[in-house]
Amino acid sequence: MSAPLIPNLFDVCKVLTGAIVWVVQQIIYAVAVLIPPLRGLGDWLGSDPVITILTWLIAVTVIVVWATLVNLLTMMWVERKLYSRLQDRYGIMISIWSLPFWPFNRVRRPTHRGTGYLQNVADGVKLLQKENITPRNADAAMFHISPVLIASSTLMIFAALPWSSGFYVANLPLGILFILAAFSLAPLGILIAGWSANNKYTLVGGLRAAAMLMAYEIPMILAVIALVFFTGSLDPIEIVRQQDRVLFALGPIGIPAWYAFTPQFLGFLVFSVAMMAEMERIPFDIPEAEAELVEGWTTEYSGMRFGLVFGFKWLRMIAGAALIAILYLGGWSGPVFATLDVGGIPVPILPEEVWFLLKIYLISAVFVWISWSVPRVRIDQILNIGWKRLIPYSLLAILVAAGFRVLG
Amino acid sequence: MPGFWINMGPQHPMTHGLWNMKVQVDGETITDARPEIGYLHRGYEKIMEVREFQKNVVLTDRLCYVSSITWSHAYCLAVEKMMGIEVPVRGQWIRVVSLELQRIASHLMWLASYGPDLGFLTGLLWALRERELFLDLIQLMSGARMNQNYPRVGGVRNDLPENFAAMCQRSIEHFLLKMEEYEKVFHDSKVFHMRTEGVGLLSAADAINWGVTGPNLRACGVNVDLRRLDPYETYEEVDFEPQVWHDGGAGDSYARFVVRFNELRESCKIVLQALEKMPKAGAYRAKPPRRAEGEGYAKTEDSRGEALFYVIGDGDDRPYRVKIRSPVFSTMAATPLILRGNKLADVVAILGSVDVCVGEMDK
Repeated sequence: MSAPLIPNLFDVCKVLTGAIVWVVQQIIYAVAVLIPPLRGLGDWLGSDPVITILTWLIAVTVIVVWATLVNLLTMMWVERKLYSRLQDRYGIMISIWSLPFWPFNRVRRPTHRGTGYLQNVADGVKLLQKENITPRNADAAMFHISPVLIASSTLMIFAALPWSSGFYVANLPLGILFILAAFSLAPLGILIAGWSANNKYTLVGGLRAAAMLMAYEIPMILAVIALVFFTGSLDPIEIVRQQDRVLFALGPIGIPAWYAFTPQFLGFLVFSVAMMAEMERIPFDIPEAEAELVEGWTTEYSGMRFGLVFGFKWLRMIAGAALIAILYLGGWSGPVFATLDVGGIPVPILPEEVWFLLKIYLISAVFVWISWSVPRVRIDQILNIGWKRLIPYSLLAILVAAGFRVLG
Repeated sequence: MPGFWINMGPQHPMTHGLWNMKVQVDGETITDARPEIGYLHRGYEKIMEVREFQKNVVLTDRLCYVSSITWSHAYCLAVEKMMGIEVPVRGQWIRVVSLELQRIASHLMWLASYGPDLGFLTGLLWALRERELFLDLIQLMSGARMNQNYPRVGGVRNDLPENFAAMCQRSIEHFLLKMEEYEKVFHDSKVFHMRTEGVGLLSAADAINWGVTGPNLRACGVNVDLRRLDPYETYEEVDFEPQVWHDGGAGDSYARFVVRFNELRESCKIVLQALEKMPKAGAYRAKPPRRAEGEGYAKTEDSRGEALFYVIGDGDDRPYRVKIRSPVFSTMAATPLILRGNKLADVVAILGSVDVCVGEMDK
């Protein structure tokens, strides 16, 4: 019941690319007056396949840069600010006011009284300057591959993850399956990192990640299977489109037909808990339990490698929250009251992207809230939770979904 | 992997001080453990032989830096017994107040470090926030937040400040409200129960045999509190309940947690009573002799167990020999027993519940 800001990312990027290519083409044609063979290069540049390829590159860059830089920084900032307030302290405070060359308002706003948005940038710059240490007896190749594997598999999620009905790189018919598969690649990287660093703490951490993987991946996928009974599709855009209607009206407020409000509620709970383990958030962050394993599997990483493996946790958090929003909370479909009726045509107040980001940050805030108010569970306890609680519940969710499907 | 030793320390982020717990693991299960201590050994018993009686208080303050007053007090008590001097009644009451305030501050430090041991960092900052209340009170009373140098041989250094009772009353009222928050976040947390119940079991017989004392022993269901059994100062006039675990499943991390946690409330009660019952004016310090001969020993209920000082004087102005009995030193000997059979993830959680202070352990 709302429209995307960008109707089709590919088309928008194609217009952009066309404009850039046109400018370059004119320059080449101007030069080609002197060197005639260049004219062929200009023609080739303007041909449709080249523009299509360039458009893909730009579209991917837009998604990835947007997802990584802006949302990663914002999510880290949100988490650090939020748990600082939970702990009764201010939290990070370095912001644009703190920059040494910022000339305005230095007296009224001292360096330590900002909002803290630039703290993560400062941390990143610091990590970039640090030395990358490889332990002497480590398996260097594997040790270096693992952060790449984790980072790239996390970015792969965003290739298939739509941000609205128009803002996506690739609209895969099996998008959810692809996202879940990309999600479960990272524990492999954790295992490799834990083993290759030749350190007892990292080894225990890596093996814990491997043991944990089974316990939460299976219920997560079973919960998605229960959902597929209803949706009949694994296409995220199709799944969101199905939720974009009113389930029933509660007085003036229309309750949307989000799957969390249907018999899928059990699956929603199972999926959320499993997703929390997938994100390695605190009740389930046992591969990285800093109480007993120093820093878990990331112990031996230093410099920007540590920054990669540590910072990408927040990207996975964004992806996980986005997945929950898409599957169970209506994705980018806004509430009904947010649509103005102008002469019979519904006009959305906020575009779809904004609703989607709002939902992502709200879900993430709940996760942050939970994870900073409970202790960490033990490895045997998470296996118990996974095998003895989540899997039966997800099977029950499948049963309920199938029953409702059969009975109509 | 039966022969797989993991060092938990000395540079491990979650050891409470500088010591090393070597654990042997088979998978995730601990098969053996070996504490390595002595990184912080400063030769206390020897240094104290070359300092005058009164000046040793500065040293005993630093035995346990989160529970300074209780340790200095134990030393002063031993020296007073050796010299045969009597502390004025008001001095004794002021000591009780200071001891209990220090016990609360020390237990809050333990609570604060127990949070991150379980992966619950919020607990650290919450408990440290309330610890400030009591550090402020101690600072008002003695002038310093840590290493107060407050008890003196023969009494205490200075009288209580004006309006101290009202300030204590206000802080404790606020603190008791916050205790309810702690209860919600610790007692009512399912995950907290999962991590602590049935973990790190220590039977009462083992605890007695290994010399475990204090809250750790009371968590095993043994009612031993020196403030009741062998009252020193004016503790026999105070109405309080030694916290003992009675509810079965004794000796696990949860019992140790509950015993210490409830001791916070009891200590608040003792402080308020002491402030009410103490004479409103009068001497708070007796003049000790400069030289003394004889021997004296005192055992007190420290925040972590039974602290014992044995002082011999040979007629000089400094002790001939000092013996310190540290409760954590004895408890540490029992830790392999507690740890065996538990999971690797519980090492820090169990040691956190035991409450280790390396300063007094290594002396």
